[in-house]
Amino acid sequence: MLGDKISLMKLLIFLLALLPLDRLIFLGFTDGLGANPIEFITRSTGTWALVFLCLTLAMTPLRLLTSSTSWIRYRRMLGLFSFFYASLHFAIWLWLDQDFDLAEMLKDVLKRPFITMGFISFVLLIPLALSSTHWAQRKLGRRWAQLHRLIYLIACTVILHYWWHKAGKNDLDTVTIYAVVLLLLLCCRIPYIRKLLGKRSTI
Amino acid sequence: MYTNDSKQLSQEITPKAVFEGRRDLIKSAAAGAFGLALAPWFSREALANNSQKLLATPNPNFILKEESTSYKYVTGYNNFYEFGTDKSDPAAYAESLQTRPWTVTIEGLVKKPMTLDIDALLKLAPMEERIYRMRCVEGWSMVIPWDGYSLSKLLNQVQPLGSAKYVEFISLADRKQMPGLKSQVIDWPYREGLRLDEAMNPLTLLTFGLYGETLPKQNGAPVRIVVPWKYGFKSAKSIVKIRLTEEMPKTSWSQFDAREYGFYSNVNPLVDHPRWSQATERRIGDPKGVFAPKMKTQMFNGYGDQVASMYSGMDLKKFY
Repeated sequence: MLGDKISLMKLLIFLLALLPLDRLIFLGFTDGLGANPIEFITRSTGTWALVFLCLTLAMTPLRLLTSSTSWIRYRRMLGLFSFFYASLHFAIWLWLDQDFDLAEMLKDVLKRPFITMGFISFVLLIPLALSSTHWAQRKLGRRWAQLHRLIYLIACTVILHYWWHKAGKNDLDTVTIYAVVLLLLLCCRIPYIRKLLGKRSTI
Repeated sequence: MYTNDSKQLSQEITPKAVFEGRRDLIKSAAAGAFGLALAPWFSREALANNSQKLLATPNPNFILKEESTSYKYVTGYNNFYEFGTDKSDPAAYAESLQTRPWTVTIEGLVKKPMTLDIDALLKLAPMEERIYRMRCVEGWSMVIPWDGYSLSKLLNQVQPLGSAKYVEFISLADRKQMPGLKSQVIDWPYREGLRLDEAMNPLTLLTFGLYGETLPKQNGAPVRIVVPWKYGFKSAKSIVKIRLTEEMPKTSWSQFDAREYGFYSNVNPLVDHPRWSQATERRIGDPKGVFAPKMKTQMFNGYGDQVASMYSGMDLKKFY
């Protein structure tokens, strides 16, 4: 019964998580991407990668708060969707912005701090996506959990990427909101706070 | 001459009824496929237009082979932080700007300081249509048919004193009309400036309209300047004061971060902005859409013949 419910929820989350992509395709075919379509799809995929990162990191606090472990079953899919949108974000940049010129791309990565941070975030996400299977989880054992703590570092590099990009025009309202959300989610990992969250649910 | 041109012009622009019909179609398609709640998210058009015809004679020296950017994009994709930081904010929120009555005060180191009403300004010199390239510091560009006359015509009226070296432009900053002023993105009011010889260069256009109509509010109504060989932010919008000074004026963006935004900010493919390269640009509205290749950015945005001599002997990497 519970298994059925979780499968259904997973299917629903899967379909919902594809909506941002559906939207971009729809807008692409209806001349709806606006004046600067590349900027629009780059920013949209980047934003959604970040949203899914936040959702992924929200699963453990939700588990602690509700003392229900079912949240953890959705975590992998949410994480993979974050990687999926990050890959699109990266591919759009590499293809439409850098025109697959790898030398130019590396120059940009080294020269511009906000691109350095974005690039690091994407590269660090790759081992996490590759080791997301049950098989890898079993194989890696305790090291799996250690490896996946990388996500805390990625949360920081991602915010720096976004922040430094927006700092050029002093347009920091939106990125501040994401930074606060991620900060709160990371705080839930501090042992003391983690314990508090866990206790609350058992009362 | 003019009427011919305007007729041709209006044919190129999508008629409003067709445009709105198309919009409805998109909306209903979206509603069918994804449910009503999501429909607004699937169509992103916003347009405010209350412009009036403006008679202007095309200046044959400023006709470009490049195709003009569509009216929709020229008036829907703007940086005008007084109305919000998103490119679609000005079109969505500039409606609250009161463009009449409007006066512009010219003061400072001039023989005849004056305050001119917008109607007097409109009549001060013959209105020309000039098609200019517009290059934004963010790496995109447009081609826009502006209507106005050389700023020098106004400056000659006030007669700059010998000591005047710079011209400062101050934009309106009124919290009641400009919702963007709530955020402290910029130290309001928006201030820009030019060296006096740059301001007197015939290319520098005191601008009242675009596409043969008075400026839409989101484009800096009722009067702005357009300096086509510099990055777009140098072209101050909705100007209320022009001040001639001896000292280089403190301009808004360069005060925010002088390393990223210099006083000169001439379009220069060889001098990168710290956050991105300036070697290439993306032309807004390119029919190839997302697959359009970037184009090479030209020195002085292609206006070197008319302006390069003003900077001879200057290290443009140092004075960026």
